[in-house]
Amino acid sequence: MTEPATEFPPPKILTLSPTHKPILITQGAEGRLYKTPSPFQPNQFCALKYRPPKPYRHPILDARLTKARISSEAKVLDRCYREGVPVPAVLAKDAAAGWMMIEWIEGEPVRVGINTWLGERPEDDAVVDTSQEDETPLIDLMKRIGVAVGALHRTGVVHGDLTTSNMMLRPWADDRLPNGHGSTSERAKAVAGDVIVIDFGLAMQSQSDEDRAVDLYVLERAFASTHPRAERLFHHILDSYREAFKKAPGVLHKLEDVRMRGRKRSMLG
Amino acid sequence: MSKRPASTETFDPAIASKRPKPPSGITMALERIQLEHIPQSYRVYGALFRDVSNASFLQTQLISRNPEFEYAFIDASTIVSRAHLLAAVWNAVYTSVEGNLRTPNVHSEVVASLNINNNIADGYRRWGITPDKTKDLVVVKILSSPETLSDVEQQKEAEEVWAHLTAQIEGRPVGLIDGEIAQVTDWQKVRKYYKLNGVPVLDQMKDDTEKRKRTESLAIMGMALRGL
Repeated sequence: MTEPATEFPPPKILTLSPTHKPILITQGAEGRLYKTPSPFQPNQFCALKYRPPKPYRHPILDARLTKARISSEAKVLDRCYREGVPVPAVLAKDAAAGWMMIEWIEGEPVRVGINTWLGERPEDDAVVDTSQEDETPLIDLMKRIGVAVGALHRTGVVHGDLTTSNMMLRPWADDRLPNGHGSTSERAKAVAGDVIVIDFGLAMQSQSDEDRAVDLYVLERAFASTHPRAERLFHHILDSYREAFKKAPGVLHKLEDVRMRGRKRSMLG
Repeated sequence: MSKRPASTETFDPAIASKRPKPPSGITMALERIQLEHIPQSYRVYGALFRDVSNASFLQTQLISRNPEFEYAFIDASTIVSRAHLLAAVWNAVYTSVEGNLRTPNVHSEVVASLNINNNIADGYRRWGITPDKTKDLVVVKILSSPETLSDVEQQKEAEEVWAHLTAQIEGRPVGLIDGEIAQVTDWQKVRKYYKLNGVPVLDQMKDDTEKRKRTESLAIMGMALRGL
């Protein structure tokens, strides 16, 4: 997210029509995400996920891995979308060329929304008495996260990298926004919106409580380090997860074990 | 999300209608369709004909590979929306640009692209024009040349295509827009062809507009995931 787009040549698909310059949104270890006009929906954008070839891998192996990973991510998105889990729709893909185009999700990552809500207050929470303020909008967001993760797990998919950066907050239409004026309402808007889960690059299909518990554990750890001042509210995610997902009790029980030993189920300690 | 930059060229039917009309005096319902991420040298035209009475004749021209009938003829009842159709058109053009056509030409590729599996004959049978059955017909014409055409040349080309279509298709031309497509969509067929019966997300939905939008997305996803 730090380096300008000119650092890398864009994939061929983005060079076919020279009228639009793609915008590089993020650069991860495995792939890049561009914002670019939708191929066939006028006046709409899409996200293009591109996995460039890796020069250090044997070309045949590289091509096979890239193709399999794009296809696997598309399959997981399709499965989630059909089941009503809030994820972006797939528009087109060319797995052999290493790209897929998905629906562009408006809004900010949940991470940004929560941090905006928390504001620029001092790190030392003891100084500011937060117990008096109305935290309902933030708690409501936590509950929506729990529902989204519950729906995901119910579908038989584990995400593999659940963080508040891998969830988008898609703004509601104006009539659903919180009422009121002033700074309170402005802050509430920062945490309003539908939670859409994104980036299924590490996702896999699994029904096991162990995998699901690790998913929650990763989210818990990521949340604590990204939003230390909201950590005490994390349990709201687990509470609504329990309500949204019938098999949650087993997962949450397993989560206790995972907390004790960490993410890896290694027998070597 | 912000609107696309103002510099972007988008097709505006209002502007198009100000262009000179074909000499025959027929209002041209043929539209130049703008797609992204394909070379500028490709021109895509589309039209929708209602109450077509000579589907058998038209299909015969396709089967006999009559070079004057290089069109994609699509049974409009299998189309959910304009975006759904254009997803298939885009895929066909992209596949052609990449040199990966699985069917004889870009036009047949449009029809095959609407399918969610790799069975080409099956795609023709379901989405293609069918004698005695197809009443409403979507026509797509894809042209390309090494150089980009001037506006005048392009207008002339569109008029020629339109003149040929109106001379050969016995039907009533209407705009290729969602409102017209929605009137001819056979939802039962669409749900069957795209395996959407019993899909939780559709069953949960009450609102018709929302349901149509979801069906469109699911159909496009099915096409994008073809063969997976």
